[in-house]
Amino acid sequence: MIEYKNILTTCPYCGTGCALHLQVLDGALVGVLPAKGHPISQGSLCIKGWNAHAFVNHKDRLRTPYIRKNGELVEATWEEALTLVAEKLGAIKAESGPDSIGILTSAKCTNEENYLLQKLARAVIGTNNIDHCARL
Amino acid sequence: MTDRLTSLHEAIEQVFPQVEGVLALKRGPAGIAAPYLFSPEHPEELELLVLWPKEPVPDTLKIIQRAHTDSKLAIVCRGCEERGIVEMFKHSQLKWDNITLIGLECTQEEAEFCRCAKPFTIHATNTVGDSIQGVPDPLTDKIAAMSLEEKRAFWMEEFEHCIKCYGCRNICPQCFCNICTLEDEKWVETGRLPLPNPSMYHMIRAMHMTAKCVACRECEETCPAGIPMAVQFRLIARDVQEMFFYETGAKLDQKPPQLLVLEEGEYQRTGLPH
Repeated sequence: MIEYKNILTTCPYCGTGCALHLQVLDGALVGVLPAKGHPISQGSLCIKGWNAHAFVNHKDRLRTPYIRKNGELVEATWEEALTLVAEKLGAIKAESGPDSIGILTSAKCTNEENYLLQKLARAVIGTNNIDHCARL
Repeated sequence: MTDRLTSLHEAIEQVFPQVEGVLALKRGPAGIAAPYLFSPEHPEELELLVLWPKEPVPDTLKIIQRAHTDSKLAIVCRGCEERGIVEMFKHSQLKWDNITLIGLECTQEEAEFCRCAKPFTIHATNTVGDSIQGVPDPLTDKIAAMSLEEKRAFWMEEFEHCIKCYGCRNICPQCFCNICTLEDEKWVETGRLPLPNPSMYHMIRAMHMTAKCVACRECEETCPAGIPMAVQFRLIARDVQEMFFYETGAKLDQKPPQLLVLEEGEYQRTGLPH
């Protein structure tokens, strides 16, 4: 049986919230169509939205964390990577104070993820240095 | 509206036994519709069949046919979409014999939305809705009546609004080259907006749409800058008809002029001035 369908979703590239259709043929993502009748994007997309499917199965996509060891990026587990980040942030905070650390969140994240990052900045690290990539 | 939908529902059910799928529009979340391949194995899904909006379905048909080369498929197509399928067939993008057309005739309101001269199908043997006459295109007529200087000023201003999303190229069922001139830095500079030479992108596209554009207006509809680019293609189409006696989507056995120049015999037979 041939299966072709479109899945309505929100563009992941910025905070505007354009809608797009992911074209799915036999279970594989094959392209993007704009969503006519959507109140925000009204059937239009920018160049990023038109290519929003391209990274999903891209060969260069990172699928695991990497840690630089002796100048080279080496594959790592999430456990190793998060431990290293926590240790380094902890060391910087102990040495130079919490305001020596800043966090930039992303328009590509959900509200809930952005909330959690500001919580991490304020309650865990102890700084108000929290901002958003769209203000860079 | 309801009548047309019921008739289309019935027309699709009638072709189901002969095909592996019928490409039409399905209502999705928040009432937003998209192309969908209805399967004869799931006729109940036709409850979600809708008539509007217009979508670039000839291109979708190509995507499916490329992956399933011998599949027998049906497609619900409006006049412009039928013309798109005919032209894609002539340029070897679709297998005509494997396609069953279900013609959907446009209403007066739909034709006016598209300023469409031919809101009807001519090749489909199964059709739904009453065929109506074409409607005038006041915008194209207005621009055609401008002086050369006025035209130049009008288009230069329009092209300066371009954000180079490539939407007009992406959505166009007649844009199918593997290597696209618009992605060649020699012609279209990347990384700068507004475009240093705004007319370059659009003039290249206008040239490439000659004797190809089927006036579906998908490009205009998707343009975030609201550039009325279909007007250019319609004006070129008038010239093509006058010079080459060629109308896109009309005669299945008439080759497009850009293919004719390669074959001298055909070239003379069209009565081309030479």
